[in-house]
Amino acid sequence: MMALSRWKVIAVLAATIFSILFTLPNVLPAQTRAVLPGFLQKTVNLGLDLQGGVYLLLEVDTAALRNERVINTVEDVRTTLRNERILFTDLGQVQGVVTVRITDPGEVERAAKALRQTVAVPSPATGQPAITVSAQPDQRLRLTFSEQAMEAEARDAVSQSIEIIRRRIDELGTREPSITRQGANRIVIQAPGESDPQRLRDVIGRTAKLSFHMVDVTADPAAAVSGRVPPGSQVLLDDNGQPIVVRRRALVSGEMLTDAYPTFDEFGRPAVGFRFDSQGARRFGDATRQNVGKPFAIVLDDKVVSAPVIQTPILTGSGQITGSFSQQEVNDLVLLLDAGALPAPLKVEAQQTVGAELGADAVEAGKISTAIGFVAILIFMVLAYGLLFGGISVIALLINGLLIIAAMSAIGATLTLPGIAGLILTLAVAVDANVLIYERMRDEMRSGRSVLAAMDAGFARAMTTILDANITTLLAALIMFALGSGAVKGFAVTLSIGVVTSVFTAVYVTQVLLALWFRSARPKSLPIVQEP
Amino acid sequence: MWPLIKLLPITTNFRFVAFSKIAGALSLIAVIGSILLAALPFEPPCGGLNCGIDFKGGTVLEFSTAPKPVDLGLVRETLANKGLGDVQVQEFGSPTSAVVRFENPEGKTPDETLAAVRADLTTALGEVTFQRGDSIGAKVSGELFRAGLMALGLAIVLMLIYIWFRFELQFGLGAVVALFHDVILTFGLIALFDLEFSLTSIAAILTIIGYSMNDTVVVFDRMRENLRKYKRMPLGDLIDLSINETLSRTVITGSTGILALLGLAVFGGPTLFAFSIIMIFGIVIGTYSSIYVAAPVILLWGVKRGEEAEPVRPAGARP
Repeated sequence: MMALSRWKVIAVLAATIFSILFTLPNVLPAQTRAVLPGFLQKTVNLGLDLQGGVYLLLEVDTAALRNERVINTVEDVRTTLRNERILFTDLGQVQGVVTVRITDPGEVERAAKALRQTVAVPSPATGQPAITVSAQPDQRLRLTFSEQAMEAEARDAVSQSIEIIRRRIDELGTREPSITRQGANRIVIQAPGESDPQRLRDVIGRTAKLSFHMVDVTADPAAAVSGRVPPGSQVLLDDNGQPIVVRRRALVSGEMLTDAYPTFDEFGRPAVGFRFDSQGARRFGDATRQNVGKPFAIVLDDKVVSAPVIQTPILTGSGQITGSFSQQEVNDLVLLLDAGALPAPLKVEAQQTVGAELGADAVEAGKISTAIGFVAILIFMVLAYGLLFGGISVIALLINGLLIIAAMSAIGATLTLPGIAGLILTLAVAVDANVLIYERMRDEMRSGRSVLAAMDAGFARAMTTILDANITTLLAALIMFALGSGAVKGFAVTLSIGVVTSVFTAVYVTQVLLALWFRSARPKSLPIVQEP
Repeated sequence: MWPLIKLLPITTNFRFVAFSKIAGALSLIAVIGSILLAALPFEPPCGGLNCGIDFKGGTVLEFSTAPKPVDLGLVRETLANKGLGDVQVQEFGSPTSAVVRFENPEGKTPDETLAAVRADLTTALGEVTFQRGDSIGAKVSGELFRAGLMALGLAIVLMLIYIWFRFELQFGLGAVVALFHDVILTFGLIALFDLEFSLTSIAAILTIIGYSMNDTVVVFDRMRENLRKYKRMPLGDLIDLSINETLSRTVITGSTGILALLGLAVFGGPTLFAFSIIMIFGIVIGTYSSIYVAAPVILLWGVKRGEEAEPVRPAGARP
């Protein structure tokens, strides 16, 4: 070993240069960093616990999505059968299955055919029809939903939600938010630097589902509240909590909006202006022409914002939503309408907020603890093995520390508070490899070998044990990474990187340095072995 | 150059094995005690452990009313009878800061709970700065708890597989017993001092598993080497010799680890305190178990000597 192979020296040198180069950006001021080439601009990401911010774990309510799909299908069946002038009774849904009884037995076949054409269309998610229409005895038709299509639609809804949330948060101007999918129907949002979770929640949490419905003027709102709602209608509340009966079927829905903007109504109050796409404009035009003099309701998230009476047909495809809005509410609404409606409601399952000040304190605590840990190890190693051998292991340790930070910067890993603990622990345990090697050398000298033979044997024989020891730690770290979350994952990342780098530095860096010493000093004995 | 400090004489000659009966009895008592402490009162899912909100759900809110001190009584009064279960209010770090813990009320999502309590506290206390607010719903906490236990189980299984490959049967048995000893005792410590049992604690326990195995491996490697070297030495003496030969490494590595972690415990802040304490305990107990649990099991079980003692796999073989 003391006959140093060239590649070992090159590997150690390369690692040292790499570690310094990639650690450097972390301590440079931002302006200096900006002039460096791109690959050198990367720094260690600080976790939310270190820089403060908001963490939200959201669940897309896919059950609500499914429920809505079923209810819409009921309405679609009603419309289709009416248009075909087929008489029916008992239209409804039980546990996600829609059934209807066709009055005339001779019409059942025609009804099934019509429904297959209008309702059982291929699902956009799978390309296969999501609904199967089957004839039952007693002139009943049964519409069942394909499990596969429902799951695919739920998956689509989650992806779509992520896209919409991203657009909404971007509008807010939050710094580098991270929005990721977790599992089948969860979304994780991490917004560093954001200190007010409420603002974020207000923007993310609202479905912002806008639709225009005719008001069912034939129904008595008071009777409807007590349960007597005409078929095809529903009771919604307005801003003042007053019930209004509206048709379930929407004239036009928010997906047909192309643009929303803040504006003012004729009394100078804040209002939201909007424009429809061509399809929406046509439908809105038709509906308003047929219903002049009747009221219609603008419904936002199952609440009636306003219910104006149609004065004249609106053929331009643009309009205004007025209500008792504040300017802030108008701005928020515009943001939400522009970004699009969420396909399904979101439910917060976990929320964490860390104040920036607390994060800064944690960074400070981490720095102090790391410094203390390092100095303690330094003093201890020098006292135990002398300035030369102890010093060499401390140099190896220093390169190890730099390598960990460099590797974390290069791969963009996230440093969390437990990650700092992992770093300190790695440094403490990294000297174990040095200790094993040095103790072996002592043993070998004691059993009468020459200096060179003892040094060689020290490295060779300690190697198995060093590998063993580190494999066990690496196994534990990998499990943490796979099953842990958030901060614990950060710990696992630091620990895993640390294990790999510490084997390298403790063995190779130490070996190269000791070999250089051996060549220049040609020692007759090892300073770690003292004559009794 | 100054003389090197010697924590230990160069060659030690402690008679470890002589005390193994007493140590074994103590360990057994400690293990039984730990199981009882961690399991009782028998209430799923946490038993005698003080579960953090990541495992049982709920909310932790840290706030400050600086410069005036927090009126803890008023905080308690404000949060009472709001369906928040057992509300814990504590001063945190300084008199101007406090931390409250409570259960999430039925039917409210974590964000609604947090927003409501923040509003209530601001109304009652006036100027309040919220430093940290964590709230976890029952669904997620249940999943985290299961994931945590699964990680622990998986780590133990992986270590068992590793031991199976790495050691012959007798050594493997010793390592397994030592591993369970360490994990169970750590649970005992967490229960005894009412430390928070959370995902971070699981991370600490997993690291202890790694460290404890590492320590056992070092002692066992030396034992196997000596088994080949001294074919006639009585097993008890051989175990003593191996432990003594590796003792200075054990002490030095353990000390650097503990020193670094002590710094973390004192200066790392409240989040890392429990973590550091668990780790320090783990290093002590991992070292102890290599000497007094793993090795005596081998003594009890016996080792095949002579030619047959050569390991089948040359993984750890030395020239």
